[in-house]
Amino acid sequence: MFDKHPQLKQHFAALRTRAEFFSLRYVRESGQYLSVRKNVAEPPHLSRDEGAMLTVRLNGVEAYAATHDISLAGLQAALERAEQQARRIRPHALLDLRDQPVSSDIADYLSPELDQPFPSLSDCYQLLGAESAAVPKDERLVNWEVSLGTTHVEQIYLNSAGAELRQAQRFVFPGVDVTAYDGNDSQTRTLGGSNFGQQGGFEVISRFGLVGAAPRIADEALQLLLAPNTPQGPRDLLLMPDQMILQIHESIGHPLELDRILGDERNYAGTSFVKASDFGHLQYGSNLLNVTFDPNIPEQLASYAHDDDGTPANKQFLIRNGLLLKPLGGALSQYRSGLGGVANSRASSWNRAPIDRMANLNIEAGDQSLAQLIGGIEHGILMSTNRSWSIDDARNKFQFGCEWGQLIENGELKGVVKNPNYRAISAQFWRKLSAVGDASTFKVLGTPNCGKGEPNQVIRVGHASPACVFSDVDVFGGDA
Amino acid sequence: MNAFKELVEWLKQAITAEEQFHLGYAAESSEFVRFNHAKVRQAGQVQQASLNLKLINDGRHADLGITLAGSPEVDRQRLAEGLQQLRETLPLLPKDPYLLLNHTAWQNRSEQAQALPDLDQVLADISHGAQGLDLVGIYAAGPISHGFASSSGAFGWHQANSFNFDFSLFHANGEAVKASYAGDAWDSAAFAQRLQHAREQLEFLGRPLHALAPGQYRAYLAPAALEEIVDMLTWGGFSAQAIASKGSPLQRLYAGDQALSPLVAMSEQITASLSPAFSRDGYPRSDVTLIADGRAQGRLVNSRSAAEYGLSTNGASGDESPSALQMTAGNLAQADILKQLGTGLYISNLWYLNYSDQPAARLTGMTRFATFWVENGEIKAPVSTMRFDDSVYHLLGSQLEALTAERELRLSASTYGARNTSSSLLPGALVKRLTLTL
Repeated sequence: MFDKHPQLKQHFAALRTRAEFFSLRYVRESGQYLSVRKNVAEPPHLSRDEGAMLTVRLNGVEAYAATHDISLAGLQAALERAEQQARRIRPHALLDLRDQPVSSDIADYLSPELDQPFPSLSDCYQLLGAESAAVPKDERLVNWEVSLGTTHVEQIYLNSAGAELRQAQRFVFPGVDVTAYDGNDSQTRTLGGSNFGQQGGFEVISRFGLVGAAPRIADEALQLLLAPNTPQGPRDLLLMPDQMILQIHESIGHPLELDRILGDERNYAGTSFVKASDFGHLQYGSNLLNVTFDPNIPEQLASYAHDDDGTPANKQFLIRNGLLLKPLGGALSQYRSGLGGVANSRASSWNRAPIDRMANLNIEAGDQSLAQLIGGIEHGILMSTNRSWSIDDARNKFQFGCEWGQLIENGELKGVVKNPNYRAISAQFWRKLSAVGDASTFKVLGTPNCGKGEPNQVIRVGHASPACVFSDVDVFGGDA
Repeated sequence: MNAFKELVEWLKQAITAEEQFHLGYAAESSEFVRFNHAKVRQAGQVQQASLNLKLINDGRHADLGITLAGSPEVDRQRLAEGLQQLRETLPLLPKDPYLLLNHTAWQNRSEQAQALPDLDQVLADISHGAQGLDLVGIYAAGPISHGFASSSGAFGWHQANSFNFDFSLFHANGEAVKASYAGDAWDSAAFAQRLQHAREQLEFLGRPLHALAPGQYRAYLAPAALEEIVDMLTWGGFSAQAIASKGSPLQRLYAGDQALSPLVAMSEQITASLSPAFSRDGYPRSDVTLIADGRAQGRLVNSRSAAEYGLSTNGASGDESPSALQMTAGNLAQADILKQLGTGLYISNLWYLNYSDQPAARLTGMTRFATFWVENGEIKAPVSTMRFDDSVYHLLGSQLEALTAERELRLSASTYGARNTSSSLLPGALVKRLTLTL
């Protein structure tokens, strides 16, 4: 671990530049994606990637150069390209960063269980194969896949102010999906996939419940095939954690990103219905809503000690009792806006520059068990497992769809319904939060697929949430 | 190309008689400049190159992606380590029943070495042209290379220089118009003209917003808006595996249970496109007619699907999605669009589409950038952001009235991981009824 550190440190000390500040961020990533589809092992996809980004600040103007050549000559050449870029853009630069503080921290961060060996490739295939074989024989089950992705990332950040930040992380992404088809309609049920990932080792797979999951997932796909469409009309909506994470992500996370509020993302990811003047004043949700940026849950996907600009990460309330307090803005956005923020300046890899990203964005648990949540609903619907998401560029008008729906009448769960969708407006929706599940309903989840930025970056984000109830939401089904 | 060739030659002598390989190559040297408020927000350069090595032995195979360092010795060492890693991996795997190798020694080369724009000139042109404007966007430029070689002697090389300036102009009221200027030769006058056109559109956006209630409206979808719908269909729509495993949004079209308008014809037109004419699994890519007269025709088949479903491969990519999709033009003249629309919506762009009901090809999404209310053939006012929810079998089927005679070449501005080379050539579409829901 960190075997490149001595060499990089030596190279960094030998770099020559006229910049008033410069930094090096080295990233090495190895990945393995295994899957078994319909009892046939797909060939493994393995990867090894490494490179470095050099960033300079020259007369207050920052520019970067990313290189796959991490020799001293390669790093020096990249540094010079970054300097040249800073000179060229100076007459056109938006920002003068001469007075922006920089980090001088020294720290390490490791994923939990990083020292524990992970099962061998053969053992992984055996596990996936056994789960695939457990899917019952039914001619309506036309496709299924059991998968396991693992990624190891080592990052070393050095800067001219003396910072030395090292982090080593292992991410685990198990998944199961089964598709059932009746000659006209098809329904897919999944576990994990884009809705789950954690830091750690084999214990992640155990926590996820991969072993023994496939028959249940297959049965649920068949149930959906036989189920009626979700009825249209207003209902109380009970969202389970594997849909809550999408709801948090799209209609709290993205609108609170400070670079969006500052306009950087208007050409691509979009803007925000939240204004800079709303912090400290806007009642974002009901007083049951408590949202935190929490980098301290060890297994969560975006737990870390420092962000990619070297800012130390601590748990912060962004929304407390429904009141909007802080944006998701890293040191640069805080400097630009004069607002507070968090340590969320993150890059997808060595070849992309850090920008404001979600990291771990969570809803704090409330005080009701799942039975109490259901028992409190007279005319409602439970929805679980996101499958469709669409929201406007200001992150306000949304429509989301789930795989699994179950009607709730007079405080009791009733029949399964398919194609459950709902639509609402973010600025109003969170004020309809009427009940929050307790710790027994709280799940630590996340996704590897959050896209944003120009050039584009896809990054891992963590979301943890209890089950939550929203009153009087417009729900509807599909065409089939 | 020489660095790649040297690695291929090294690999040929390094493998044993029982082993075979596919070696893919991708590299780019890119300049990225982000703009906000018509100033440079962030700028940098990225140099990257990578290999994708597939090692095959006795029916077993595995893939390894390797980032190169740009130094012949280090790169050879990384390739050697990768080869060793795959040699240790293959005995752990079962034989793959869907492995289908191409043993032909095909050759394909395409090189375009047009001089890249001078960044100082580009910055000066943008700065001058954007005076008084709130411009936001990204300029990306540089060479992109793709290569492929196999132990059977196949060799492909595709290299092109290009730039893409993808930008928006914002009105003080928050409304915006989107535009792009892309190609291989920067022409200051052509760029100024493009910017001026966007500036003129921006003036319309200053008018008071026209509030629309949910309901059904006549609508014109400009090529950029239609691209969003077509992009959704390319997510498994034409994939042989997705169609067979009932994950395709066009499964009812391919089953013959649904049809689109007879006006609709689509094809994957690799020939003369910006995409490499070979796939990562070693097959030359063919042009494929996907939809004709509104009915399903061919599908995109990679070698794995060919083996699994007994089809012939047409060199499709791993995910069997098109990268050079063309839609046939119609006969609606550009000058007649507003007149023929009469009263309804002129939609320049759509945004963030997803499925409400995938097997029914029912989509939802938002209007974004320059959507106008038109009355009696005249633009009256911009329209606030609205959500639609409608089926492709309506929009490009029963409710499709006309397609434009002129088509627009849409070059991808996507830069996830690397700059994308895909493109599409699309007309605009006039639809009799678009359902708005929120």
